[in-house]
Amino acid sequence: MTGLRPYRPIPTGTHPPNDFAAYGSTRLRHPKEPPVAIPQTLSEITGPVTGFERFGPLEVDLTAQHASPAQGERIVVEGRVLDEDGRPIAGTLVELWQANAAGRYRHDADQHDAPLDPNFSGAGRAVTDAEGRYRFVTIKPGAYPWRNHANAWRPAHLHFSLFGPSFLTRLVTQMYFPGDPLLPHDPIFNSTADPAARARMVSSFDFALTKPEWALGYRFDMAVRGRSATPMDAEV
Amino acid sequence: MSGATPFQTVGPFFRFGLIFDGCNLPVGAGDGARIAIEGTVRDGDGAPVPDALLETWQADAAGRYRHPEDGRAAPSDRPFDGFRRAATDPEGRFRLETVKPGPVPGPPNRLQAPHLVVGVFARGLLTRLVTRIYFEDEAANDQDPVLELVPTGRVPTLVAKRIAEGRYRFDIVLQGKDETVFLAP
Repeated sequence: MTGLRPYRPIPTGTHPPNDFAAYGSTRLRHPKEPPVAIPQTLSEITGPVTGFERFGPLEVDLTAQHASPAQGERIVVEGRVLDEDGRPIAGTLVELWQANAAGRYRHDADQHDAPLDPNFSGAGRAVTDAEGRYRFVTIKPGAYPWRNHANAWRPAHLHFSLFGPSFLTRLVTQMYFPGDPLLPHDPIFNSTADPAARARMVSSFDFALTKPEWALGYRFDMAVRGRSATPMDAEV
Repeated sequence: MSGATPFQTVGPFFRFGLIFDGCNLPVGAGDGARIAIEGTVRDGDGAPVPDALLETWQADAAGRYRHPEDGRAAPSDRPFDGFRRAATDPEGRFRLETVKPGPVPGPPNRLQAPHLVVGVFARGLLTRLVTRIYFEDEAANDQDPVLELVPTGRVPTLVAKRIAEGRYRFDIVLQGKDETVFLAP
């Protein structure tokens, strides 16, 4: 396929390996065979970029989805979706899901002994504006225990899901909070080998987003796989 | 800021955030031959994976993608856009209802056999695994420029078996015996 500009490989150490013993659930789920390298064709260069209304109306205020306000520490989370070169990605879907203030998910399989909040579902979705910007109002999630190792606790985090312009730009990640004492102990956060890449998963506290008498503000930009400047002219 | 944001696992609790009644657009009359693809996701012990998420992307029956970089006549106003999302049930099973895609352009002067590209996410997967679903009743598989890169003995892991008219079976094995071929585009 000529004329298509390929997406660049992600630098080693950015994405975690799937074989990562410190995270116990990887043991039986990571492929043992290396992936087969294939050329990027029209099938991979394209991807879902329309029809996001299928997911329902946008839900950008997770504190106001029920009869009463959600419980917990209200926060504003704002940022931009970019490519690796810092170019904004407009009009892309950003999905968010998270635990509540007590560290409990609204999910049948979550057995953590912490209360559900009837006024908090914990899921939202936004579409980025022309500058690639999204903004949510939500509750700061609690840390919660998991059984990965003795006294294991996940640091507070938001789950984010992004599409970008191509099947190859799909990203699912987690946003962490600055200064969280659990970060050095979390195998999922630390599965990324490169400390600079790891730091890109930590939001920054931002007074400019903080609303007096109302909510703390956190800034979190996310960057998807970038693209080569020149088209491919032969088989990879 | 520069550099990509790292991938992180989708975790076990994505369902309430990512699966909605409307997340799969309906297939309408004129979209092409309706098919269902069903299967099970299994781990390295052969146990079903009850918390996997699959996403598929495909061309329409005429082999066109609904995307600005597919320069051929765009599939107009039909609702189906080529994207599907499905979570596995407690027995690790999934079902995708879609249309059979047509052949699509590949590397220079080649056509690719009809296929879906697939992303697999789960607790215990720190990134997305990428694979493809081909169809056993397509003769073009023999000339497919991607399948020819796969070791011959493992090609069957990428080919859905026809189990009835319009019904195919495609199982995903994350690890071990009959491990599905995963791809690095």
